Amino acid sequence: MLTFLARRLATSVPVVIIASFLLFWAVRATFDPLAKLRQSHDPTALPRETARLGLNRPVPVQYLRWMKAFVTGDWGTSTRTGGSVSTMIGSALGTTAQLVVWGVLFAAVLALAVGLYSASRQYSVGDYGFTALSYLGIAMPAFWVGLILIQALAIWPQQQFGMADPPLYFIGLHSPGSHGVNVDYLRHLVLPVLTMTVGLVAGWSRFSRAALVESLGSDYVRTARAKGVPRRRILIRHALRNSFAPFVTVVAMDAALLVGGLVVTEQIYSIPGMGRLFLDSMMAGDVFTLVPWMLVIALAMILFNLLADAAYALLDPRVNLR
Amino acid sequence: MTEIETDTKPDTEKAHKTSNNAHEPSQARIALRRFARHKVAVAGLVVLAALTVGCFGASLLAPYPHNAQDLLLGAAPPSGAHLLGTDELGRDYLSGVMYAGQVSLAIGLGVGVLSTALGTLLGAVAGYFGGWVDEVLMRVTDLFLIVPAIALLALAIQGLGSSPPTIVLVLAGIGWTSIARVVRAQVLSLREKEYIDAARVLGVPTRRILWRHLLPNLTGVIVVNVSLAVAASVILESTLSFLGFGVQPPRSSWGTMLSQASGMVGTSHSYLLYAPGLAILATVLAVNFVGDGLRDALDPQGRQ
Repeated sequence: MLTFLARRLATSVPVVIIASFLLFWAVRATFDPLAKLRQSHDPTALPRETARLGLNRPVPVQYLRWMKAFVTGDWGTSTRTGGSVSTMIGSALGTTAQLVVWGVLFAAVLALAVGLYSASRQYSVGDYGFTALSYLGIAMPAFWVGLILIQALAIWPQQQFGMADPPLYFIGLHSPGSHGVNVDYLRHLVLPVLTMTVGLVAGWSRFSRAALVESLGSDYVRTARAKGVPRRRILIRHALRNSFAPFVTVVAMDAALLVGGLVVTEQIYSIPGMGRLFLDSMMAGDVFTLVPWMLVIALAMILFNLLADAAYALLDPRVNLR
Repeated sequence: MTEIETDTKPDTEKAHKTSNNAHEPSQARIALRRFARHKVAVAGLVVLAALTVGCFGASLLAPYPHNAQDLLLGAAPPSGAHLLGTDELGRDYLSGVMYAGQVSLAIGLGVGVLSTALGTLLGAVAGYFGGWVDEVLMRVTDLFLIVPAIALLALAIQGLGSSPPTIVLVLAGIGWTSIARVVRAQVLSLREKEYIDAARVLGVPTRRILWRHLLPNLTGVIVVNVSLAVAASVILESTLSFLGFGVQPPRSSWGTMLSQASGMVGTSHSYLLYAPGLAILATVLAVNFVGDGLRDALDPQGRQ
């Protein structure tokens, strides 16, 4: 297991290096790092900064220089805020991790519950209802879902019942002056998590239903039924246990989808996470934040994929990773 | 091209079979019949046709001319004169949705067709030839797996411009990887089939093997992927436009309309939120249903 993980990490090193170079080059080709100085009245400013940042050198040389600094932990300063890029990304990651953890947990539990219901009552009214809902969930853009949710669950009840505050907040993750896990945090969390997960729940519940239907039709379930194992126990211990491994793999593979959802969600709800940091940096043409941002996300993707493989091996004893 | 070939194949097969009845329907007709039996898919096709006619016939059908303003009226909720109300500039919202649909639908269809064509070509070449071509292509798709698409798209549109043709090229340039993987896997198994060996032994040129022997077998996968890609890119385009990286005013798509309406959440103009979103929802639902119908209809293992 450990040797497998180590080998997988080693094989992803060249992919990361090539990806980082292409990203570095693409970002540099899109944005001018010195755009601000072009309007400067000081004629020495432009050549001075160009030389200091090494921008007169060929792109591969610049890349090597940047990579050396990146690996040693010197991620540079943002041209947008003037702050340290590593600090900015660190704090954004912390915020985003909260959304990801709550979102994935919520979506996975809900999708498994819907899958269990639909698979055990196949072709019932409820099953068709959930199928219809999942089609709707897949067909709606996440940002639209978010806007409608704000309107329906925060603003409408507030106006309708004349409340001082909306029942669910839609700006940030905490009210000013409040922090930690409390009711205020939960009231802030509900809408972003719902927005982020509507599409995921829709997709994952279809998958869990299909996986469970397949295990319910297998020989070991028939045997269990024949020897009189209670229905509930068959569902949980036999069917669910066996569909869990492929389900976890799908969840981890959808990590890339999550990034798009995060960008949209954090934009709608003004949450200072990675998605928001990306949009702000794009708007400001902040080259020195964008490249590390993309690299951090790429590394996170690789980690997710590794976790998926490891989880699969742990959950399914037949899989032998070497 | 592919349709003609699925048409003719059973005829050649028929020549070899002697015991089967003579009135065996053609492959295309079987598919058509299966599709017609799929009620939801037919409904999807009807909705899609209505949307297409409504949007591209907007200059004839729209109640008000394109971008006609009524500044004195301003934003007004739905009424008899303006069925979906008007926006802040007093433009009829129904007409707006119809004209914006031209851009949204054209981008969706363009990306669906282009990314599928590109992915099929690259996937088929990689799968058939193997070796370093395959290696390079698969490593490239690996790259796309770890770099978030939304970031690449935003960056590319920022750098290359946001005219609709550029958006189509950028979305297709990033969206081809999934179908390429599927086609490659299919071709890997198909190329081991006896009839491919036979063709090769007979000296059939490679290009002809790819076109005449491999491509017809991939029809189902390809057609279904077009529908999936169209649905995905309608949503992706609206998302990019919402984030500010898509279609720019004065041109509008459903995404840009929603982006403008997003400022109206919580105001008395929140009715502007619904129509463009429902148009996207209807389009994607209809395309997905048609895709489901096509999948069942074109599955060679399926029952007649």
